[in-house]
Amino acid sequence: MIRNHILICGGTGCTSSGSAGIMETLNAELEKNGLQDEVKVVMTGCFGLCALGPIMIVYPEGSFYSRVTAEMIPEIVSEHIIKGRIVKKYLYNETAVLEEQGVHASLNDTNFYKKQKRVALRNCGVINPEVIDEYIAYDGYQALGKVLTEMTPAEVVQCIKDSGLRGRGGGGFPTGLKWDLASRTKAEVKYVCCNADEGDPGAFMDRSILEGDPHAVIEAMAIAAYAVGACKGFVYVRAEYPIAVHRLQVAISQAREYGLLGKDIFGAGFDFDMEIRLGAGAFVCGEETALMTSIEGNRGEPRPRPPFPSEKGIFGIPTMNCNVETYANIPQIILKGADWFASMGTEKSKGTKVFALGGKITNTGLVEIPMGTPLREVIEDIGGGIPNGKKFKAAQTGGPSGGCIPASLIDTPIDYDNLIAIGSMMGSGGLIVMDEDNCMVDIAKFFLEFTVDESCGKCTPCRIGTKRMLEYLNKITSGKATLKDLNDLEDLCYYIKNNSLCGLGQTAPNPVLSTLRYFRDEYEAHVVEKRCPAGVCKDLMHYEITDDCKGCTLCARNCPVNAITGTVKNKHEIDQDKCIKCGVCMSKCKFKAIIRK
Amino acid sequence: MKSLAELQAIKEKMQNKVSLRATEGEETIRVVVGMATCGIAAGARPVLNAFLKEIEDRHLNNIICTQTGCIGICRYEPVVEVIMPDGSKTTYVKMTEDKVARVVTEHLVNNKVVQEYTIGAYEK
Repeated sequence: MIRNHILICGGTGCTSSGSAGIMETLNAELEKNGLQDEVKVVMTGCFGLCALGPIMIVYPEGSFYSRVTAEMIPEIVSEHIIKGRIVKKYLYNETAVLEEQGVHASLNDTNFYKKQKRVALRNCGVINPEVIDEYIAYDGYQALGKVLTEMTPAEVVQCIKDSGLRGRGGGGFPTGLKWDLASRTKAEVKYVCCNADEGDPGAFMDRSILEGDPHAVIEAMAIAAYAVGACKGFVYVRAEYPIAVHRLQVAISQAREYGLLGKDIFGAGFDFDMEIRLGAGAFVCGEETALMTSIEGNRGEPRPRPPFPSEKGIFGIPTMNCNVETYANIPQIILKGADWFASMGTEKSKGTKVFALGGKITNTGLVEIPMGTPLREVIEDIGGGIPNGKKFKAAQTGGPSGGCIPASLIDTPIDYDNLIAIGSMMGSGGLIVMDEDNCMVDIAKFFLEFTVDESCGKCTPCRIGTKRMLEYLNKITSGKATLKDLNDLEDLCYYIKNNSLCGLGQTAPNPVLSTLRYFRDEYEAHVVEKRCPAGVCKDLMHYEITDDCKGCTLCARNCPVNAITGTVKNKHEIDQDKCIKCGVCMSKCKFKAIIRK
Repeated sequence: MKSLAELQAIKEKMQNKVSLRATEGEETIRVVVGMATCGIAAGARPVLNAFLKEIEDRHLNNIICTQTGCIGICRYEPVVEVIMPDGSKTTYVKMTEDKVARVVTEHLVNNKVVQEYTIGAYEK
């Protein structure tokens, strides 16, 4: 008889911090104690709290062990599994404190989880994604069954329309409307497609869904295919996501074995099958026309619309394309009803959204919150605030297509329209937090470098324009720019926005425009005063040794380029020509005698 | 998969296997088995297994069966505590595999404490 389930995260985050090895140690330890028939070890998808990985949960108690190492395993087995005594010292700090107070605490009692509402991520960290039966135990494929046996395609489309679901890939186009348009196209053959080419730096929700709950995407695509009249599906996923690809492959073959993909599903006369296409990792392939061109085997470049994919998509066949997270919501909407979904969120943005928290934040990881949650709650309560007592400066959403939300707007409720109104965008859901040590010009430069690399080169405004923008930014950060350059840069931004062929170019200036809007003073400090207020831009600062120097020689010994000279017990000097401004001397000095100017 | 009934059958078969992972709800009954050295020596393990089996056989999914350390009354081991959703607690002592079925039927299903197995009955 199984009396304990031990769940170990097998997402990319925890895998890279060694969860596979821990699972091996655990299995060996259980066997040594003759417990292999009483305890079941389950590999799951992402729990979300990647900063504390590898994560291990022991049920039925729901005890949440964080940053687990192989050395902890024997103690956890002998104390917790054999004797039923939770090893408090290895628990996640917050639950450990509650346990000390005699409160039985599980995952859901922590601040990180309490305010979340998991819809798209509901099975991540709960089921084993490589076992279809576990998905079925959690209502899996019930929605597909309901759709095929009880609903007409028109009713399905109406249900999605009523739910108010909007595309989670970034644009926020109403999903119901998209399905409606696709279902109206008159064609014998139609396709559905899933965009899993997640490319925003810092965003990993699509990967986590595919890794943690691949069957939800398969089920949703089958539902979509039924609604729009398609017979075949494509999933375009990047080859950099090997775990996601593997689990999706396993899931597809299991679904075929059960007849949930194939001919005459549920005896309703509906046929559907799907295949995976791997992307080589070009950012532009997340744009739907480029994605479809890439699936056809051509170089991934966008093409003008119209014709829209709903008329002419993959191989010229009408295609309905949605993002992974959008699909992951579908089975729940069908089962629980459009009203249930529409009851969450704001007037024009319904449901929940997954965000990948990154940057200067304590709880790096994946969170799912109802639309309309204020940014402050996400950062301070769920995210655990900014580490090292630093001050919040801005949050970046939408990756290279989005913009910054300054500290003054931290109480903005997050939804599609609010973010657009303040000059950012939802994007796929990357949320990068920045503190006072981040230079906003440098951040804009970082994203521009990314778009310059990733521009496919098909249209001139994007290919040449983004390069010119980057040159302006380099000029600013090296202190060579004038105020006229700043104005020219702004003009160029609007030009690129208006004239680029696809979304990549049209949104590429956003990081610059939004930082200019909220942090113009910082740009001007670089241009006029030749100063970087955050102390990031190396060309605009130098290190000096003050009279507090005791001549201990520590700095000189640690300088990687031997730029510091001086004799014992005498004040040292930095050769500014040799100095590479790495800051090692300042961090090593015990007398605070080195300052940055 | 040719019918919803097939899907339902898999779901029911699997539900008991994953119910262990349920987090506590309002209606959850907790069965806590003392599994310290004294409990294990007195035979707590077969008792725990008997509970798990009985719960699965009867498809009861509002029950969490867990273990704990020494409760402090070693002479009465194996000790099992049942905590009902309203917080009321019953302590069964000197449990054996044979007694488990009755506790499950009468107490966990029909909410009637099996008086003769409780610590109160033994203390007299």
